[in-house]
Amino acid sequence: MAQKEIEVILARQLSSYLALPAFIVDPDGGLVFYNDPAERVLGRRFSETGEMPMAEWATLFRPTDREGRLMRPEELPLVIAVQDRRPAHGSCYIEGLDGQRRLIEVTAFPLIGQAGRFLGGVAIFWERPG
Amino acid sequence: MKVRIWGSRGSIAAPGPETLRYGGNTACVSVTGADGTLLVLDAGTGITRLGASLRSIPSRVDVLLSHLHLDHLIGLGFFRPLRTPGCEVHIWGPASATLDLRTRLSRYLSPPLFPVLLRDLECGLTLHEVPGGSVRIGEFVVQSDLICHPDPTVGYRISSADGVLAYLTDHEPALGVPDFPAAAEWTSGYAIAVDADWLFHDCQYDDEEYVARQGWGHSSLRQAFAFAKLARVRELVTFHHDPAHTDSELGLRLERAVRDLRPTFAVTAGYEGRELALSRRPAAAGAT
Repeated sequence: MAQKEIEVILARQLSSYLALPAFIVDPDGGLVFYNDPAERVLGRRFSETGEMPMAEWATLFRPTDREGRLMRPEELPLVIAVQDRRPAHGSCYIEGLDGQRRLIEVTAFPLIGQAGRFLGGVAIFWERPG
Repeated sequence: MKVRIWGSRGSIAAPGPETLRYGGNTACVSVTGADGTLLVLDAGTGITRLGASLRSIPSRVDVLLSHLHLDHLIGLGFFRPLRTPGCEVHIWGPASATLDLRTRLSRYLSPPLFPVLLRDLECGLTLHEVPGGSVRIGEFVVQSDLICHPDPTVGYRISSADGVLAYLTDHEPALGVPDFPAAAEWTSGYAIAVDADWLFHDCQYDDEEYVARQGWGHSSLRQAFAFAKLARVRELVTFHHDPAHTDSELGLRLERAVRDLRPTFAVTAGYEGRELALSRRPAAAGAT
């Protein structure tokens, strides 16, 4: 498998040291990594889920709004950050792979590297009292 | 492909009786092709001796800067080809997120740090920003990638029909990786170094020194060995020696590391004046 860009490698290394849940995707929105704190919220270790395309992770955790309506992928902050290449913020309920429903607040931003290279996106999220 | 080390010291020049064998000049390596193509890796203090050694100034020289820290740049203004009318000098180096390469170079090549402005150099000067994919320079294909070091820094992979040289002089791939090395796809510099014949790699520290200097952008000998093994290189050439390390210390550290770590690849010292040659070209018919 090809080596990741250095900015993506460093983003993973930084997120590995953060207590904040973090989720990293490639330019197509495909999941490339989430950190230990994110594993607690998402209910499964990254080593078990592995990389996956956007269409899969955007529905895997069954994101819903406050009214319980299933959210479309393009409504999710990280998908907006990658597709529109702009920061996005929002909240939603997700269903972790451990079966738990959690309210999370998400801040996502596109990962723009040296020379303006678009490399993907990063989401940082917080679990909120439901 | 002929390679000569003109300076392998890191951080600051360290001349003196205790550094005679490894040398005190900072980073500079020349790579010469069979067709006469001359690449110069970095412009530390060693580049002045390279310039002085040229019997005649070639019509074209390419200077490949890994980054713009002073130990890799300080010799540039003293490199003879830059002051030679008619010589075509191409300088390759990284821009930053906010400044182009010309502006960054001009911060050094302008008063009060240097009396001659970049635009006043007598050569025909062309600047190229890296990384920018693979480029062909004479008989060489040069690939550059950003690597883990403070401020934009690239590693270079130089390929020809003779073989591959990987140059990762200031590099800390173990930063933030508790069980280094991680998987190849998540390791800084891997794409530059994989299956290289020679890997010139940062070996500035021993294990204890590294612990106190994490994040400074350099590697320990142990980390360099692990990186070289991951990348399956044929020979690791130690580089970017700490200015405080004497010849005897460097020799002992390398001996101990080879004894303890038992590398499956060759490990040799990158000392000033060392020449390496590689040729995979078939001998011409009738040649003996």
